[in-house]
Order: sequence, then C-alpha cells, then structure tokens
Amino acid sequence: MKNIRYFFLLFIMFALSLNACGLPKVTPASTARTETPSPPPQKKLTPSPSGIRTLKVLTHDSFDISDALVQQFEKDNNAKLMFIKGGDAGTALNKVILSKESPPADVFYGVDNTFLGRALQEGVFEAYDSPALEKVPDTFKLDPKYRAIPIDYGDVCLNYDLEYFTKNNLLPPQSLDDLAKPQYKGLLVVQNPATSSPGLAFLLTTIGHYGEKDYLSYWKRLVENDVKVVNDWESSYYTEFSHYGGTRPMVVSYNSSPSVEMISSDKTVDKPVTAALTTDDTCYRQIEFVGILKGTPNADLAQRFIDFMLSTAFQEEIPGKMYMFPVNPEAKLNEAFQKFLVIPAKPANVPPQDITTKREAWLKAWTETVLR
Amino acid sequence: MKRILFWLIPIAFLATFYIYPLASILKISLERTQTGILTPVLDVFNSISMLRVIGFTFGQAGLSTLLTLIVGLPGAYLIARYRFRGKALFRALTGVPFVMPTLVTAMAFDSLLGVHGWVNVGMMSIFHLESPPLEFSYTLWAILLAHIFYNTTIVLRIVGDYWSRLDPRLANAARVLGASQFQTWFNITLPLLMPAIAAASLLVFIFDFTSFGVILVLGGPHFATLETEIYYQTTALFNLPLAAVLSILQLIFTLGMMLVYSKLIANLARPLPLRSQMLVQRPFGSWRRRIFAVIVLGVLLTLLILPLVSLAARSFIRIEGERGQLNQPQKSFTLDFYRQLVISQKQSAFTVSPATAIAISLGYGLSTVFFSLLLGIPAAWSLTQSNLSNPDRHTRMSQLIGVALNAFLMLPLGTSAVTLGLGFIVAFNHPPFDLGSSPILIPLAHTLVAFPFVVRSLTPALQSIQSRLRYAAITLGASPRQVFYNIDMPIIGRAVLVSAVFAFSISLGEFGASSLLARPEYPTVPVAIYRYLSHPGASNYGQALALSTILMVICTLSMVAIERFRVAGMGEF
Repeated sequence: MKNIRYFFLLFIMFALSLNACGLPKVTPASTARTETPSPPPQKKLTPSPSGIRTLKVLTHDSFDISDALVQQFEKDNNAKLMFIKGGDAGTALNKVILSKESPPADVFYGVDNTFLGRALQEGVFEAYDSPALEKVPDTFKLDPKYRAIPIDYGDVCLNYDLEYFTKNNLLPPQSLDDLAKPQYKGLLVVQNPATSSPGLAFLLTTIGHYGEKDYLSYWKRLVENDVKVVNDWESSYYTEFSHYGGTRPMVVSYNSSPSVEMISSDKTVDKPVTAALTTDDTCYRQIEFVGILKGTPNADLAQRFIDFMLSTAFQEEIPGKMYMFPVNPEAKLNEAFQKFLVIPAKPANVPPQDITTKREAWLKAWTETVLR
Repeated sequence: MKRILFWLIPIAFLATFYIYPLASILKISLERTQTGILTPVLDVFNSISMLRVIGFTFGQAGLSTLLTLIVGLPGAYLIARYRFRGKALFRALTGVPFVMPTLVTAMAFDSLLGVHGWVNVGMMSIFHLESPPLEFSYTLWAILLAHIFYNTTIVLRIVGDYWSRLDPRLANAARVLGASQFQTWFNITLPLLMPAIAAASLLVFIFDFTSFGVILVLGGPHFATLETEIYYQTTALFNLPLAAVLSILQLIFTLGMMLVYSKLIANLARPLPLRSQMLVQRPFGSWRRRIFAVIVLGVLLTLLILPLVSLAARSFIRIEGERGQLNQPQKSFTLDFYRQLVISQKQSAFTVSPATAIAISLGYGLSTVFFSLLLGIPAAWSLTQSNLSNPDRHTRMSQLIGVALNAFLMLPLGTSAVTLGLGFIVAFNHPPFDLGSSPILIPLAHTLVAFPFVVRSLTPALQSIQSRLRYAAITLGASPRQVFYNIDMPIIGRAVLVSAVFAFSISLGEFGASSLLARPEYPTVPVAIYRYLSHPGASNYGQALALSTILMVICTLSMVAIERFRVAGMGEF
C-alpha cells in the first residue's frame, strides 16, 4: 500500500512537471503574443516600422466595427488591434474583474450604467480624461473621475406591432399604467432582468417611474394582466412578438428597433411596421462605457484608442453596427435613422449609486414577485 | 507499470485543463466571502428556494431519464433483435440531435411546436382558430421533450448494442418451459439487460442533471436548476461564493453518480454468454412485428428528427404579409436566406462568410480529433488492461483504480460549464499557462467534452482483440508486422475512425466554450448562428435558419460516417 501511495505522488509530480515544461512547446501561445515590453508612456508616439504594438480590446458580444476603421487606426498608430469578445455584458465584466491581477486586455468596452457600479467598485479601470470628452454632454458622464468613458447610448423602450393595433382597432398604449389595463391583457412580453440587459433596463424603468415603494405592486398588476417573461431578447422578439408571428404585439426592445426593422427589411418599406413608446418616464437610457484596464503596459496606445472611439468617424458607425447612438453630438445619423428614430426626451431616472447598492436586492425581489 | 505510464498523458491533460482552471475559479470565488466560508454554505441549506432548486434539478432529471428510457427501449429492442433495411441510416439520424447546439434545438422545436410553428399554424387554419391552440414553450414539457430529443440516442446505443449480443437461447428456454412472454421478459431479459439499462440511465441522468441551455432557453425563466442558478448567481447577482458552493455541490452529486456509473460499466464487461449479432438478429417476418416496428420507428423519428426537418423546411420558406392576422400567413418558397448568407451585407471586421465559418469549424473539429485521439488512445489502452482480469493479487486494487479513473474521466461532463468557463479565463491568462486568447483553447475545451466519448468507443474495440487470434496468426507463421496489420489494425482502425468522427461532431456543435473563447474574427458555425439571431430583422432570422440547416447537414454526414465504419456491435456508446 505504501508503495502505491509513493508511486501516485511521484506520477502526479511527474504529470505536473510534464505540463510545466511540455506545454509551451505544444501550443502556439508564445507566438500568439507579439507585444514587446512597452516603452514608458510618452506624449507623442514615434511610429517605427519595426515596433508594431498590439492593443487588446475586450468587448461584449454586440460590439462591431468596420474593417476600414480598424485598418485606419492601425495605420495611424503603427499598431495592431486585437479584439476579444467576452460574452454578454455581465459575463465580460466578470471576466475582467476575476482576472484583474493580470488583465486579459488593455481596453475594455461594454460596461453599461447598470453594471458601472460593480466595475468602479472593483477598481478595474485607470482614469483618462480624454480631450475628446469636451464635446460630450455632461448627462453621459456618470463617472466624474473619468475611469469609465461614455461611448454610446440607447433607450430601452416598449415596442409595438402597428399592424396588430390597426387590425384590431385598438389604441396603442400611451403609458406604463396602460400596460396593466384589461384591454392589453395578454399582449405584453418582457425579458427576465436577471438574464437580459433590456429586461433589467425595463425593470429599472418601472423603479424610476413608480419608485421603490410601488414598483413591485405594479409588477403584480402586470402579472395579473398575463405578462409573459422570457429569458432572452431573441426569444421575446423572434418568437413571442406578433410581428414575427408570435401572439404578443408589445415587446420590450430598443427605440432603434423600428428603424432597424426598416433598414434590414428585404423589401423596400416606406412606412414603419413597428413603433416604440417614447413618452416621458417610459424608457430607460443605457449608456455604454469604455475604460483602460489597470496594469496595462500599453496605456498610451489605449488612450489613443479611446480618443478614436470618440471621434466622429467611429461614432457615426455605431448606429448601423450596434444599433446604439453616438454620445458625440457632432456625429451624424444616416437617413433612415434621421427619418424614423425617436429619442425619448425624458427617460426614467434611477440614480446610479442606487443601482450599485440595490441592484441585487431589486433583482431578488422581482424574481420572488414575478417568477416564483 | 506501463499502464500507469499510459495514464500520464490523459491525467496530465485533465490536471491542466480541468482541475487547474476549476480549482482556480473556486479558490478566487470562495476568497471573496467576507464572512467566512461557512456563510455561503449555510445560505444554500437554509434557503427554501435553493432547496427547491436542488429538488427540481433532481426531479426533472429523473423524469426526463424515465421518459427517455420509455422512448428508447423499444427502439433498442428493434436495433438489437432485427435486421431491416435502413437500420444504419436510422441509427445515424438518431445520433444527430445529440450534437446540436441548444440554440438550434430551440429554433427547431419552435418551428414545429412554437406559437408560429407548423403544428399550431396548421391547426389554426384547419379549425379556423383565432389563437394557437398548443402551448409549448416555457412548459415542463418543453424541457422533457428536449431532453428526450438529446439523449434517446444514448439508450439506443448502449442498451441496443448490449442487447444485440445477448444470447436469445436463455429466453427461448424459458418460453419452452412454459413462461409467458411477459414472464420471460420480466424474469430473464430484463435482469440480463439491467447493467446496460442502468449505465444508460445514469449517463442520461447526468446529462439532464447538468443541462443548461435547454432549461434556460426552452424552459424559460420559471424553471431553475443548479446549473442555471449558478449562472444567475454568477452573472446577475455576482455572488461568487454562493455560485462556487453550488458548483461544488453539483460536482459532489455528479461524482457520486459517476462512481456508480463506472462500477456498472465495469460489470458490463463481465463475461456473459454473448453471441454474434448474425445469430441473434432476424428479419421481421410477421405482419404484427412489422406494424410494431413501424410504430416504434415512427415515434422515434417524430421525436428526434421531425423538429430538425421542420427547421430545415422553415429555412426555405418565407412567411409574409398579413402579420396582424395570425391565422392566415402567406407562405412562399425562397432561397433568399441562403443567398443572403453568401453575400455579406455589412462591411464589418467580424463578419465572415458562411464558408469561412464552416472552414473555421472544420479546423477546430480536426484539431479536436487530433487532441482527443492523442489522449484517448493511451487512456483506452490502459483501461483495457485494467479490465482484463489477471489472476494476481492486485486485481481488485487495479480494478478499483480502473473504476476511479473511469469516473474521473467523465467528471468534466458533469461539471458546471458556467464555472469551468470562468475558470478557463482566470487560469489561462497568466503564467505558467499564458494562453490568453489563443485559438488553441477552443479545441482543448472541446477535447474535454469529447474525450470521454472517445475512450468509451475505443475501449471495447481494444478489449475485443483476443490474444488467441494473435497467437494463431503467429503459429501460422505471420511476422509481428503482419499480425499488427492483419489482426490489430482492422479492429482498432475502425474504432479510431468512429471516435474521431465523434470528437469531430461534438466539436462542430459546441457553443458555450466557443462563444466564450473564440476570437471574434474567427467565429464557429454555432457562434455565427447566434450572431444572426441576436439582431432584429427578418433577413437575420432567415440566415440563422439557413446556417443551422447547413450545420445539421454536416453533422448528419458525420453520423452516417460513424455508422459506416462502426464495428458491428462494438462501442459502449
């Protein structure tokens, strides 16, 4: 018996040593990392053809950028951009927090205002007061220390199927209160705020609108009015929404969705087929931020990239690629958006520090009230 | 001695790519408690909703397993006892669901049974109904049906193969001695089959127990299992200590079941009077048997294949116009979705053509094959050695080691994918394993999933090589080289090929790890499907359907290839 134990110990040690020395030879890991130890941060970068540096940008799944812009940034800064997608916004942030001892990237884009508190509390970002922020309206600058820098925003609003309401001679809802009325019974589908970011945005809308005291009783009324809850935006939109053949003509989506429906339609459509409810206090404004990850050796290049993300060229690409809207007011929207997009004048207001401290409690209370 | 050395490679792999990331994430998570390690543990056991989650996890897994057995056993009987045309194709088709990513399965069921699925639309137009009569999504039935869809093939294969080698003369003797058909089945056949049935049930149970996508997407927000609760605690609440405790709890449950499973598998290898399939299988003969066969095959094809066919059909049909009127949708045939797939409309840095995505998937698939064979062949070889009972005094010990190693091998299948995924990220972005976002992580993660299956299909083939055959060849004057080429190669070669195709298709259909680890410029097919699905617009949905259909076709072809090369009656899976 004793022998066997010794033997096991021996071979586990052998296994570990095999890993430690054998692995780098098998994997191309060492060749994948082309970055060199970074030079100390300097004001002006002197591009040298030999010293191409790689900037790693971690993003959530929805990030998108055109090839042309990538190449332009790479050429202007003598750098190589490497994008890493880290799952949905929450998962990507967890990734950053859990590996903050050795950051997986130089820049992280995709924290929105519902996760901002978690990101700042964990201290994952380095401050950078970009000169390009001057043009950005103050309402977007939620972090006064500029660790998280606003890039784009979008409003989560109720969408409805215009055809359904015309056909059935029903007036589309005008307020959140309407959703709990008998004539709209069984017509609404929303997403689970625990698994979906528009779902969380809609929960925050109700908290902003009804206050902490009354939002749960509003949700009780919604449940009595047969609200349907699904886990993800995809199912709510493509399966449940009547525009795609489902039974629910009202769905929580974005204020951009009706315009996107027109842009991506196969046929040329001249009038919208869906619409968004954008009256006061019925939408929640998501703002997405970028930040430089603490401990990066490429802080100077990362700053360049953030300036680039705030430039008109990148900002004008955002609507067509990510269906969000530029924080830089100089960026122009394309025609379809200009014609059909409605930006809510007064989205529901929930103080950011409340979201940080009460987010988990709200989610738990909502789950108990609506799902259990 | 040699056997232990052979174990080193797979053990080293599992230590590096399973234990190390898992331990890293559990350590980091548990370190985050401010009030001591006991708090999250108490949180779990003192909370009624947590206990309810654990209860439901066991309940749905048990019920799913039971239903899967009820659906699968008659099919296993047909496969075992009868020869019929198209049997290989039938076996191949029933294997396809097993490798489909959940989002494709969800789309498939939705296209058949959802609010605008064929069944509801058909019933509405026949009976002039205002609203869809069938409520399917987000019911317990959706979870159960999806689990049957995924796992029936396990019962068909494990029980079917075992049954096909069972000597029918025992049952015949019972009949001659006056036992009724039922008595014979209950007293003779069932006890003989028990090890296979138990092994299949346990494997199915473990898959149902840890299923994630099915619960989340098809079950909807009202159902929570341990795995979805881990996801909820991790992502939404960021309560990592609690998530870690739940993961450990799940691991303990799985480990227990794995040990039982491995013990049963070891029993399966017990020498029973097994007969060649040629002797036990016969054609249907009577009309009664034919009708029985048609019913059984019909039920199986309806449950396992119809959803996929229905999805494929949807990818060719445009539903348009009159959207406000649910009961009269206009349908027309179209190839547009496939055409749009080829023409990438958006000039994005991440858009790839479907051909590229397929090429990327094939590349990862082949790498997975390479890694899993590299690890699987030595593992299977040493397992074989431990199963051959040598009459020395270490036999019992070595058998125990065999059982333990066997269980250990299967453990990754029963581990929370959410936790392990985070573990990969935490563990492999700094020395000693600085893999960062290296593309190698994806085939390695896939290998973790495919490895147990590769071992399962290789072991029996290796066991079946009888030394007597070799001796006979040598006696007849064959050189060692000739023995290898003429005896070993034909038997092992085909088994290797089969396990290669298995690893390949598992890699093709895998979504979770690929989406978390893939570089955005190199999406696999399932990741590309997900991308189309996450944007609004009819053409995006259509392209997701079209690409899913392409994935299905590739997986079907691989499954057909498995059947083509499978050594008849061999392979525990």
